Amino acid sequence: MNTSLPKWADILLVPLLSLILAFLVSGLVVLFIGKDPIEAVQVMLSGAFGKFGIGYTLYYTTNFIFTGLAVAVAFHASMFNIGGEGQAGLGGVGVAVVALSLNWPHWTLAILAASLGAMLFGAAWAAIPAYLQAKRGSHIVITTIMFNWIGSALIVYLLVGPMQAPGMVPETPAFPAGASIPTLHDFLAVFGVEFDKHAPANISIFIALLACVLVWILIWKTRIGYEIRAFGHSEKAAVYAGISPLKIIMVSMLISGGLAGLMAVNTVMGEAERLVLDSVQGAGFVGIAVALMGRSHPLGVLLAAFLFGVLYQGGGELSFTMGIPREMIIVIQALVIMFVGSLENMVRIPVERLFLRFSKGAA
Amino acid sequence: MDFNTVLQLLDSSVRLSTPLLLACLAGLYSERAGIFDIGLEGKMLAGAFAAGAFSAYAGMPAIEGGLGMTYGMAWVGVLAAIIVSIILALIHGFASITLRGNQLISGVAINFFAAGSTVLIGQHWFHAGGQTPSLAGAERFLPITLPFADSLKTVPILGPIYQGLISGHNILVYIALASVPLTWWLLFRTRFGLRLRAVGENPGAVDTAGISVVRQRYAAVLIAGLLCGLAGAYLSLGTSAAGFVKDMSAGKGFIALAALIFAKWQPKAALFACLLFGFLEAIGNKYQSIDLGIFVVPVQFMQALPYILTVVILAGFIGKAIPPKAGGEPYVKER
Repeated sequence: MNTSLPKWADILLVPLLSLILAFLVSGLVVLFIGKDPIEAVQVMLSGAFGKFGIGYTLYYTTNFIFTGLAVAVAFHASMFNIGGEGQAGLGGVGVAVVALSLNWPHWTLAILAASLGAMLFGAAWAAIPAYLQAKRGSHIVITTIMFNWIGSALIVYLLVGPMQAPGMVPETPAFPAGASIPTLHDFLAVFGVEFDKHAPANISIFIALLACVLVWILIWKTRIGYEIRAFGHSEKAAVYAGISPLKIIMVSMLISGGLAGLMAVNTVMGEAERLVLDSVQGAGFVGIAVALMGRSHPLGVLLAAFLFGVLYQGGGELSFTMGIPREMIIVIQALVIMFVGSLENMVRIPVERLFLRFSKGAA
Repeated sequence: MDFNTVLQLLDSSVRLSTPLLLACLAGLYSERAGIFDIGLEGKMLAGAFAAGAFSAYAGMPAIEGGLGMTYGMAWVGVLAAIIVSIILALIHGFASITLRGNQLISGVAINFFAAGSTVLIGQHWFHAGGQTPSLAGAERFLPITLPFADSLKTVPILGPIYQGLISGHNILVYIALASVPLTWWLLFRTRFGLRLRAVGENPGAVDTAGISVVRQRYAAVLIAGLLCGLAGAYLSLGTSAAGFVKDMSAGKGFIALAALIFAKWQPKAALFACLLFGFLEAIGNKYQSIDLGIFVVPVQFMQALPYILTVVILAGFIGKAIPPKAGGEPYVKER
């Protein structure tokens, strides 16, 4: 990204201003449907941070960290992985296959194996689009979109066919007791901290945090990470430097798909404890907004994921208390993607001009 | 399968491919001019909502706050659909042409915006979980019986084909079909079309010739908005849904996108791609699974087939799909 802006303005000021714009327009939407935006913000915040809300907020945050990192890693290689939804769905299949394969003696073993299964299936679902992009030049955005739909058809097929539990409901049998991972309530109780017993937040949040650290190391501290970034900045220069496009595209997309798949450990293993239809619920797409807002940096992704966790939980509260449909969150999400993503130059160009005038004045 | 079943299947293929065709042609204009459009789905959905809402509003008695119209309400709906879809198209154009932002991200945002706002506004206006009131009579587009359809019914083979397959669709179906030769003519036989295709292949050359790349691309995006509006209007006014239902586009915008690639950005091929995908959907609707003797094809496979075929085409195993060269690239004027 070449810019005449100082670094802090580039990574903080511009996205923050864009975000404020997105929220202002969201407020206008709330006004348009005849509700009070100030009250809406209050309801959302108390809903997201209240005693019974925070466990859900953290649960959503965990999902969005995984999918946000997935999009971010691909972004570094200048690949737009829009297939997080399908990869996370297939990750769920991986978790279910592992969890149902044997009577797990202890959850520690189960979560390790399930994480591997989730990553493997998620990565596999990214592998074909990646290979086709690298070898045949098929646009990865289109192929990953197609794979989302193919994946959802495949999962429906599995859940009404080979993997279906006895009965009519399209879901797998419940996982064995040994595959049940501790909730945040169970975990914090060990340290004597009280936490909502019914909240779905579970220890996969620590896997998500670990993933943030590992992605940071991968991108900025390893040779392959350097190659990914070099490739992302300039494919031509990278090729000239002896970096293989096939390798970079495959590696970055497999990691991306694996991260998206990992989300299923949180939802399928941690919450539902079985694979149900539509287990991803759009989190794969939220990852796009999260990665854009977080500037593809793990720390940024973490913060943005938390913000969206708050939005999702607080948004649920909106429909309860104020009768604003849950879809309000989708609108906010759309506006964030729009203002922080595609309309970014609307903020960036004036800010750049402002800085230019400032620096000229100083000189 | 007897003759009548085949005819029925083909008839529903035509119905199901109509929204695909309109959206596919919308994408064709946009992408031929170098603007990727994965927001077809969103524009279609927003159009469907606007059509359903305004057609109902036009037909509502004046005492209840409506316009109290007794005929032509569906056209009010179509107009609203086109306006709303064009507004979204302009946002896409502003982001990708004027601001030179990422066209794919813009499309994603538009899809979400449509998915969320239609339910939000629908709930605010009609209090029915995002649904619009059920439409009846002239609030919808009803089947048109072409001349002599009933009297020719008794002619063997051709009679039923004319009466059952060609006649008896609503006006939007015929508009969609007529758009195919019109698009071909516009793109390949007019100066406007030549310039439109040129900005998608080599905008620099067009600029050198003294033609505004920006204006040409906006024109393409506007036409895409218009066609997506029609596609949306068909969903809520031209099908048995008879009104807007939440998420009613259900991925049709993406199938249209798939058809566009499948058709290699050619109008005539787009017609056949959309008919093929419509046919697949018709089969999927009619048969739960197909027993081929050796094995059974599950219905989900039929649903996934358009996407699978598109990936195969994109991979270049059956002919290569080469997109317009400058697709997705913002044009920066040389200084």
